[in-house]
Amino acid sequence: MTTQASLPPETPQTSDARVVHVLEFPGGYTRSTGPVIGRFLTGLRSGRLFGVRMPDGRVLVPPTEYDPQTAAALGAADEDWVQVGPAGTVTTWTWVDDPRPDHPLDRPFAWALIRPDGADTALLHAVDSGSKAAMATGMRVHPTWRAERTGAVKDIACFAPGEGPAEVPALAPAGVPTPVDGPASDGEAELEPVSMVTLPHRLEYRLRGGTVWNHFIDGMAVGQIRGTRCAKCGKVFVPPRGACPGDGVPATEWVDLPDTGVLTTFAVNNVPAAGAPEVPFISGYVLLDGADVAMLALVSDVPWQEVRIGMRVRGVWVPDAERTRSVKNLKWFAPTGEPDIPFEQFEEYV
Amino acid sequence: MGNRCAVIGVGQTKYRTKRADVSLAGMVREAALEALADAGLTFADIDSVVVGKAPDMFEGVATPELYLADALGAVGKPMMRVHTAGSVGGSTALVGASQVQAGLHERVLVVAFEKQSESNATWALSTHSPFSASLVVGAGGYFAPYIRAYIRRSGAPANIGMMVAVKDRINALRNPYAHLKIPNIDLAMVEESMMLWDPIRYLETCPSSDGAVAMVLASEQAAEAAGAATGRPPAWVHGAAMRSEPMGMAGRDSVDPRAGRDCAADVYRQAGVTEPRRQFAAAEVYVPFSWYEPMWLENLGFAEKGSGWKLTEAGATAFDGDIPWNPSGGVLSSNPIGASGMIRFAEAAQQVRGQAGEHQVAAAVDGSRLALGHAYGGGSQFFAMWAVGARKP
Amino acid sequence: MRDVAVVAFAQSEHSFSDLGWTEADLVMPLVNEVLSVTGMDRSEIGFTCSGSNDYLVGTPFSFVAALDTIGAWPPIAESHVEQDGAWALYEAWVRMQHGDIDAALVYGFGKGTVGDQVGISSLSYDPYYLAPLVPGHIAMAGLQARALKDAGFDVDPDPTPPPATDGAAAVILAAGDVARRVCSRPAWITGLDHRIEPHAVGSRDLTRSPSTRQAAARAGVRPGVVDFAELHTRFEHEEMLLRRELGLDEKTVVNASGGPRKADPIMATGLIRIGEAAARIHDGSAQRAVAHAASGPCLQHNLVCVLAADTASDLASEGER
Repeated sequence: MTTQASLPPETPQTSDARVVHVLEFPGGYTRSTGPVIGRFLTGLRSGRLFGVRMPDGRVLVPPTEYDPQTAAALGAADEDWVQVGPAGTVTTWTWVDDPRPDHPLDRPFAWALIRPDGADTALLHAVDSGSKAAMATGMRVHPTWRAERTGAVKDIACFAPGEGPAEVPALAPAGVPTPVDGPASDGEAELEPVSMVTLPHRLEYRLRGGTVWNHFIDGMAVGQIRGTRCAKCGKVFVPPRGACPGDGVPATEWVDLPDTGVLTTFAVNNVPAAGAPEVPFISGYVLLDGADVAMLALVSDVPWQEVRIGMRVRGVWVPDAERTRSVKNLKWFAPTGEPDIPFEQFEEYV
Repeated sequence: MGNRCAVIGVGQTKYRTKRADVSLAGMVREAALEALADAGLTFADIDSVVVGKAPDMFEGVATPELYLADALGAVGKPMMRVHTAGSVGGSTALVGASQVQAGLHERVLVVAFEKQSESNATWALSTHSPFSASLVVGAGGYFAPYIRAYIRRSGAPANIGMMVAVKDRINALRNPYAHLKIPNIDLAMVEESMMLWDPIRYLETCPSSDGAVAMVLASEQAAEAAGAATGRPPAWVHGAAMRSEPMGMAGRDSVDPRAGRDCAADVYRQAGVTEPRRQFAAAEVYVPFSWYEPMWLENLGFAEKGSGWKLTEAGATAFDGDIPWNPSGGVLSSNPIGASGMIRFAEAAQQVRGQAGEHQVAAAVDGSRLALGHAYGGGSQFFAMWAVGARKP
Repeated sequence: MRDVAVVAFAQSEHSFSDLGWTEADLVMPLVNEVLSVTGMDRSEIGFTCSGSNDYLVGTPFSFVAALDTIGAWPPIAESHVEQDGAWALYEAWVRMQHGDIDAALVYGFGKGTVGDQVGISSLSYDPYYLAPLVPGHIAMAGLQARALKDAGFDVDPDPTPPPATDGAAAVILAAGDVARRVCSRPAWITGLDHRIEPHAVGSRDLTRSPSTRQAAARAGVRPGVVDFAELHTRFEHEEMLLRRELGLDEKTVVNASGGPRKADPIMATGLIRIGEAAARIHDGSAQRAVAHAASGPCLQHNLVCVLAADTASDLASEGER
């Protein structure tokens, strides 16, 4: 979801301000695993590590669906699957001083490649060694399992130094009461094999508007639409562009534009959209008087059945007191009541 | 154009709303294995791999060629990842073909895919910078105004879009890979479907699909060898081109973009096509909203400006018409976005190879006529096309 | 192969903080610069190809905005890779082998300062086993550095990342006589190849880079004759590993430009290696140079480009004499 999180209201937003941009698919990506990855993850849910035997006899952990060298499909037959570990050996590692919130541990830890006993390759996971000094290549580690296991790599909370204990806490899926006792496998007997995982992933950006954007938005703050003109072809762009798309040269001359123009074409939207008015709403291209490109905008204050190509329109602004440094100051365009402009006069701007 | 190049293998997954039974790699590989089997080859025979898809935000896997290298047998080989918006499937085929035409490789595997069910296409496409003045209304809201402008410009009757919607869905019934199968589709059903972005109705839009498509492209020598071994003829590339134009240019014609016209002209020049309607036996053209058929009929020179809709109206583009468009059912019936362009290219190849099964256009097999594959993307600004034929160019 | 040369190279004044330039803003002046240096008109460019990554600024279609700044009118033959610009150059070089076009424009761009590079790099790893852990590029490099240290190599096992950088680069490629016309000392591409390895780092020998070795052999890197090498070493330990796999001896000066450790505008960093290596030929300081670009965890994917003051055919005819 994209959000435009403004700075706190008491902080005057300057041209220098960074805006937080968040890239996050709500609920996380839903990933179907296919049978091989699903089988490994099902094993994790039951507190077991499985590897898959490759044609050359080596055991691959974590099992990939295809032989890394020959691309042959792996894991089709039950006998290709081998339980490994759970203890294993660190083959290489690297220390993390400052864990992130999305890391497996909230204290300094090591990322390590760990080769479980009986495997020929290594898996990546976190090792909770307490200190960097306690880490060494060749050290023995074992997995620490979460009780809330869903069939995901984070079912292993982390690896810890030493051979064991190898106990696996009874499965406590989210929302299901933890069994008081009994072997780990009891709780999952009725569970379907894992075939789907979700990947929540949030990326934050701190972006800064460019000089062109800032001058444009400063204009919008006072109800003025500003465009730029290409020095070579003389065309006027709004919203303004730093470069002329046709000529590839700077378009740096500023032009103040009126908020009147012609509606060149439009759509009647019956599909609700985030941040858009209630349906049906009109989105369309408005060619401002004096501009050479039409800008995408909303059209309102008119029944949707009466909106026409060629209609003269004028900007409708939020009241002065409510204005911010935002394109949203220009609420929409509304008919001026002037006669329509013939299509042929603006056809080339469509 | 360089050395000769031909399609010797085509593979597709069945297109579905959600392929919940496979991983991302598993889905992509399904198409690759089918293409290899069609060509009578294995991964070991492939010199180079090119993958294409639309924005990585669909699946949340960035630069997915890294993770897909093992599944596609690319280890130890060159691997490329193409991204040219909606035209990417076509561009990916052309990047692979270029490696053969350059004389660099004998056999190149090209694969395009999208697993849209891992997220949501509208979300992925509408994510925008906070420094953007644009109103977010999705692909339909973006293209609907251009369709309205086309209708105004051409004076086309209102039912043309609906005719395309019915025709392509009837075609899809003959295509085992197609996503949408609506056996009782007719004009009334389309007309009664919800008006989403006027003038676009629900049944005039494409679905959101999971799926992958792959082709094996080969040099002249490798193509002749494969054809002899499998008994399935190659589809020879007679012309291939890409064209792009800036979206924000003043005076750009978004309804009839010059990049599309120029791209077609380049392909036709290479292929010796002067009368597309007569010289092509079939065309697989990227039509994500029904009205794009008449628009592209004009843009691609099958009809005079302003009269593309007359071909649709007369049934010329129907399966039994003189120039069938989208006999596979097209993008209106299956739309894994990143793959959709390559599906057009692959379906064109299958037509001239005589391998299109129930949706085979009879006139495509005799060798004297060509088939057109077309893809476009962005704000109608990126174009990729090829012309393929059963005879060597 | 046809004789194709790097005839012009330009790069932005890379910045370690966000100056408010959009990615597209970074590209325009560079395109104009390489056109101006060569005296070429846009109409002479037969193919254009770029490299970028949508995740750097967190919005799809970064290349669409860039296309709007390069003067793509009348419409151009154009393509884009979601890879470093070095791979865009590869695509353009392949396209030029067809023989029908004599010049190509290549650019790469990226803003590394505005996003979370650990989070972004993690999204390019295995989506089931690796991405959910969010290990990031620094940890991946650390695993490789430690593996090298354990194997007895003199490297720092705790690598530090390169500075997050905003920047871009542009290159013009030209063939044969066109190259000689627009550039007094073209940097001829005598070999160009790239290869990929398995993705899972736990299944690879991290002390080796077989794909680099493979690409180097195919590109024709020959020890003893390489004056300069520009290597895509985002971490210090990678230089030692790459030197070994490329077969470079001590006489070869590596990263005279400062290399990625001094400026790392992601998606342009690899293209800059080719540009910098070519610049050593252009200015007469080198007869032969090697450029390298890399992608993926622990150098999974490697590209090698050999540049020379003489074309491959020049060298062949010299041998005959």
